[in-house]
Amino acid sequence: MRGIIAYGAYLPYYRLQKAAITAALGTGGGRGTRAVASYDEDATSMAVEACRSTMRSAPEGLTPESLYFSTSTPPYLDKTNATVVHAALDLPSRVFAGDVGGSPRSVNAALRSALDSSRPALVVASDVRSGRPGSSDEANTGDAAVAWLIGDETDGPVIAEWLGGASATAEFLDRWRLPEWNYSRVWEERFGEHAYLPLVTEAAGAAFKECQLEPSDVDAVVLSGLHARAVRGAARAAGVDATNVVDDLSAVVGNTGTPHAGLVLASVLDAADPDQTIMVIHLADGVDVGFCRTTDAISSYQPAKTVTEQVDAGNDSLDYNAFLTWRGYLDREPPRRPDPEAPAAPPSFRAERWKYAFVGSKDASSGAIHLPPQRVSVKGGAVDEMEPIPMADVPATVVTFTIDRLAYSLSPPVIAVVIDFDGGGRFQCQLTDADPDSVKIGDRVSMTFRRLLTANGIHNYFWKARPADS
Amino acid sequence: MASKGIKDQVAIIGMGCTNFGEHWDRSVEDMLVESSTAAYADAGIHQDDVDAYWFGTLGSGVSGLTLSRALKIDYKPVTRVENMCATGSEAFRNACYAVASGAYDLVAAVGVEKLKDNGMSGLTGAVIPSDGTKPELTAPAMFSLLAPAYAKKYGVDTDEMKDVLTRIAWKNHFNGARNPRAQFRKEVGKDTICNAPLIAGQLGIFDCSGVSDGSAAAIICRAEDAHRYTDKPLYVKALAFSAGPAAGPIDPDYDYTTFNEVVASAADAYAQAGVTNPRAEIAMAEVHDCFTPTELVLMEDLGFADRGMGWKEVMAGTFDLDGELPVNPDGGLKSFGHPIGASGLRMLFECWLQLRQEAPEDRQIKSVTEGGRRLGMTHNLGGAPGECVSFVSIVGSELG
Repeated sequence: MRGIIAYGAYLPYYRLQKAAITAALGTGGGRGTRAVASYDEDATSMAVEACRSTMRSAPEGLTPESLYFSTSTPPYLDKTNATVVHAALDLPSRVFAGDVGGSPRSVNAALRSALDSSRPALVVASDVRSGRPGSSDEANTGDAAVAWLIGDETDGPVIAEWLGGASATAEFLDRWRLPEWNYSRVWEERFGEHAYLPLVTEAAGAAFKECQLEPSDVDAVVLSGLHARAVRGAARAAGVDATNVVDDLSAVVGNTGTPHAGLVLASVLDAADPDQTIMVIHLADGVDVGFCRTTDAISSYQPAKTVTEQVDAGNDSLDYNAFLTWRGYLDREPPRRPDPEAPAAPPSFRAERWKYAFVGSKDASSGAIHLPPQRVSVKGGAVDEMEPIPMADVPATVVTFTIDRLAYSLSPPVIAVVIDFDGGGRFQCQLTDADPDSVKIGDRVSMTFRRLLTANGIHNYFWKARPADS
Repeated sequence: MASKGIKDQVAIIGMGCTNFGEHWDRSVEDMLVESSTAAYADAGIHQDDVDAYWFGTLGSGVSGLTLSRALKIDYKPVTRVENMCATGSEAFRNACYAVASGAYDLVAAVGVEKLKDNGMSGLTGAVIPSDGTKPELTAPAMFSLLAPAYAKKYGVDTDEMKDVLTRIAWKNHFNGARNPRAQFRKEVGKDTICNAPLIAGQLGIFDCSGVSDGSAAAIICRAEDAHRYTDKPLYVKALAFSAGPAAGPIDPDYDYTTFNEVVASAADAYAQAGVTNPRAEIAMAEVHDCFTPTELVLMEDLGFADRGMGWKEVMAGTFDLDGELPVNPDGGLKSFGHPIGASGLRMLFECWLQLRQEAPEDRQIKSVTEGGRRLGMTHNLGGAPGECVSFVSIVGSELG
């Protein structure tokens, strides 16, 4: 049996009320909210968070042999983005890591590779999506990431068995974007519907046949695709019971593109009983249909954070002008301060485990934990008696803090905190996803992987603190 | 093994200090010429009499050539010194040791900084290629970390804390208003200070030292030679410097209510000078009030107030110009301004004026004129809470 051993979804903290768009522009927007990656997040940083959630729920000691990162909004071209995720997860160098990207359908390429393999593989999908101010994409897309650890029973308990599926592929111009554009173009909506729906019928029919299933065997249907009108007609075209189609989170999160089917699937798995058959229909330059069935193991599966918990934890007070600034549509006057500095390659290379995986050092003689790692201990001065100690998952407490109104940030003011980790270790860093007026000494925080800044085309990835989940 | 000190072995025989401020019309070279020639004139010497130079600047030039080129120094040793915001003091310290060693008879310590030419707000640091993981806090943010930690530890509520910080800024502006060389020469009301736009944490614009241009210089010789140049030399009683493991940001034992480096350098300085009760023995202190919470914490670290009591002493006026122990009678970094490489020597310049009773009448301190105290202190630090360098000097107008 092969299938999902663990999964994890990541929703960013902020939501934009679509009414804020309408209020500002007199057009666009609508009802509900959309999920917004913070100014210090991108597809890669969110992918890291989804993978961390996944690995937290994975069987202890299970290491994937491959890592596939799928995104249609890659922070880098030429340079592999998956290696950042690989480094942040502190995976061994023997583990392959590669990007599968460009279009939302690429996630299915990654999943097929993982499912067709016989070794454990981590697949992650992540997008930061928007559109030009006032556009439908701006209002109706969203930002999220999702990851799956795929493997055999021999790797660990499979919580959802992969039953198989089928695809239908066609070339037509529905949605496109040039690499230098920060928005997508779409053809007339009715044309896409015309192109997609026969493909849904074809792929669904083939998938039922392949897996020897009937529509009546299906307990839940996940329908996904950036073409909303075609997705609405897909249940009928697939011949499945529309009442089995699960909520696609579009009213709160928006359509997150590449990870979206996985995100909705995660919401189903969060609440699923054993022996439920789930059908996933993904419309993206063709149609991919797959089936999985939950096993007894799902009863004891503990997601690090459920989709519902993350939906409920969202903050929908984000200003529209902040959203525009974060996405680069509003070029604001910076403070009269030096431009932010890009990290240099050799020091980043030397400090890989520290910078990307937040691995400190622990002095064997005194037990003192050092962040960043040191050679000489602050307690007792022992030299080179350090052992690496991973600190990314250790909770911490605010010792003192300040609000820096002078420092450069896309989202001023910067909140800086000094934090002490449970069990030892101190670090000074930024606090993100937090309200500057409510920070106080004693607050509990956890670490999160972020993109601190971009300078000279170099993204500076590192860790920040964020308020701990209550 | 403690430092042995060079008490009463060397003396300051002349000083010069430019006005501090936004000197749009004066270059680094201009300021170096002004402070140095003023110091030569004060000591009654010619540049050719100077055997060696220690030149401090954080970033307004590199190497001894910055000074020798400006002054046309005639093939003498010029050592460029950098130790963050304690740079000026470090130039002075090393110049003193050179005389005490017997290597030179007469040396100069010169400090300069031109901060206003880069067009930025606040201070900017040198860029060293890095892995991008070091917290990039601005200077006011780093020092503002002291305020909530101090308030929490000693049970001072947020409003009281703001009043304490405001009073420090108010006092230093009051003093600076009586100093013709200061960058800010106006008294500022407490309401204005308190309600100013916030920069970092509780700190408003008036809680921050002035970003300015300026230069200061001192001429130093052996103590026994001092009276050949002046009737009123200042004798160096103590020179202490401390650089620690800079572990505050990574050591949970550090609580952001003290500077360990200041405590260490103050203890060393008191031991060198034979001072046992600084609050009673010292006439005045020029301290590194880069931001108002720094001055508050320094009052305790330097032993002027008991732990947790500094804020009450501030409110009681202990450190006012007419208080028991005047602190920053020249206006401090806050009001005089903080051209980094010059600041340590500028502090010394106020001791030079006050202990020799040459300060303007409206700021001449009574601890000297009436109290008979003969010792002045300068305290200069660079870095941030938990990771700084600290300098303390004690100078006196009498031997012994």
